[in-house]
Amino acid sequence: MNFGVILAGGIGSRMGNVEKPKQYLTVGDKPIIIHTLEKFYVNSNFEKIIVLCPGQWVGHTRDLVKKYLNDEKRVVVIQGGDTRNETIMNSIRYIEENYGLQEDTIIVTHDSVRPFVTHRIIEDNIRYAKEFGACDTVITATDTIVQSDDGQIISSIPERSKMYQGQTPQSFNAKDLKDLYLSLSNEEKEILTDAAKIFVIKGKPVHLVEGEVFNIKITYPYDLRVAETLIKGEK
Amino acid sequence: MLNTVYRLVAPRKFEVAFNNIDLLGEEVIVRPTHLSICHADQRYYQGTRPAEILAQKLPMALIHEGVGEVVFDAKGEFKPGDTVVMIPNTPTESDDVIAENYLRSSKFRASGFDGYMQDQVAMDRDRLVRLPDGIDKTVAAFTEIVSVSVHALRRFDTMAHQRREVVGIWGDGNLGYITAIFFKAMFPDTKLLIFGVDFEKLAGFTFADETYAVQNIPADLKVDHAIECVGGDASQKAIDQIIDHINPEGCISILGVSEYPVPINTRMVLEKGLRIYGSSRSGRADFQKTVDMYEENPEILNYLSNLVGAKVEITSIADMKTAFEMDIQKNLGKTIMIWNK
Repeated sequence: MNFGVILAGGIGSRMGNVEKPKQYLTVGDKPIIIHTLEKFYVNSNFEKIIVLCPGQWVGHTRDLVKKYLNDEKRVVVIQGGDTRNETIMNSIRYIEENYGLQEDTIIVTHDSVRPFVTHRIIEDNIRYAKEFGACDTVITATDTIVQSDDGQIISSIPERSKMYQGQTPQSFNAKDLKDLYLSLSNEEKEILTDAAKIFVIKGKPVHLVEGEVFNIKITYPYDLRVAETLIKGEK
Repeated sequence: MLNTVYRLVAPRKFEVAFNNIDLLGEEVIVRPTHLSICHADQRYYQGTRPAEILAQKLPMALIHEGVGEVVFDAKGEFKPGDTVVMIPNTPTESDDVIAENYLRSSKFRASGFDGYMQDQVAMDRDRLVRLPDGIDKTVAAFTEIVSVSVHALRRFDTMAHQRREVVGIWGDGNLGYITAIFFKAMFPDTKLLIFGVDFEKLAGFTFADETYAVQNIPADLKVDHAIECVGGDASQKAIDQIIDHINPEGCISILGVSEYPVPINTRMVLEKGLRIYGSSRSGRADFQKTVDMYEENPEILNYLSNLVGAKVEITSIADMKTAFEMDIQKNLGKTIMIWNK
């Protein structure tokens, strides 16, 4: 069984002086989160799509789902956790309580603010997560990545051809992810802001899925302008 | 839902764009899986259409020959995973007399609006025909051009008089080959002659009764009716030859597209009392008939599979260009894009 997991937990502190979290801002004629959700909603491989958002936004999100998709069965809105990984764990907990966690339960986790994800990317995620247990959507790095340990002096410049930029979805065998997460110490949990990294540090393979340059994360006001421009380019 | 579209913005240049699909509307969402390149696509890609036409039509997603899998249907009539062929002709009205593909109000994919080079395509539900399980999708991909032949042959059956002892098809390209296969299936008792220029291509018409090089047609050879599948600059010569070799009151079916007006020897058309009709594109009934014939006569699919040329997996815009450039180099056959973008 596969589940879509839409991560809408962020409060949008990077977005500047806006009233709503960025996933609820309107691009085109719909909230960003609805654009994103629709991509998962049309994919019949998902038993259910679980949307996780801040507690105070659960009601609003449910209203949006009802208004735009008119379906309160296949999409479920629940509260996220304090961190990204805790939010993902909430989705796994929901699955476990309602469906049980099977050996082949797959979750495809995706940022609610990446509405340009494609059908192909989602399909590839499901396929690779089934085959390898975990996968991460990436694009090749176009800018040189520079590492600095102290924020002042370059400590290294990794070879660019081996560098990728992480996007989402990130997809996992839910049971493996849960087991690995529970085996982490509290200190490790603090450092591990990325779920794929849990697999990596535990020596488990995470397969790459080719993303798209346009699969942008709408984080800054600039991104919002870009998203508007992309959508309005329609003939 | 936001949808990714790969549009030709200028000759040889594809770019990403986005459109919006209404999930809860009437349309069915289809994921293209196998797309086939047509001459009409090449004329846009290479920029050989007149400049004012290009300016008017681009940017536009190319490709009007293709199959896909149903992703989502809000009405539930189609199930996810159903394999379907997509019909590019899109009527905006119905008419009891005039066929949908001749209504001036009809729109056509990759001509009047976006073709199939998209992440997902929103199709009117009557623009989909289910395909049999297990069909070779690289062959099914070019069902559209096949349906154009079937359309012309269905009309031939209503237009050509009943003396059908010998019929000639001019043209040894894809359209000639496809039309010949279906002619043999639909009119098995008629002696079928093929007229072409390429000895190797003519040798491929193993199911035809006789083949002739156009420069060596016996003067006394006569056909009751003829089908022209040449098009382009050679249209005039082909139609001239047909008029010379056709019996009185014969029917000439014209399928070849020409960018320029073609002079026709009307004196002999009048003297022989010939009937000339043109056919272009196809409609739902033609697609359905084509798919029915695939099922009734699987041998047809084997013959058609001889036309499958390069199969190019598409995972990037560079791959799209590669497929179109390879298609330009080909001698015969169809270039199929395995759509993984």
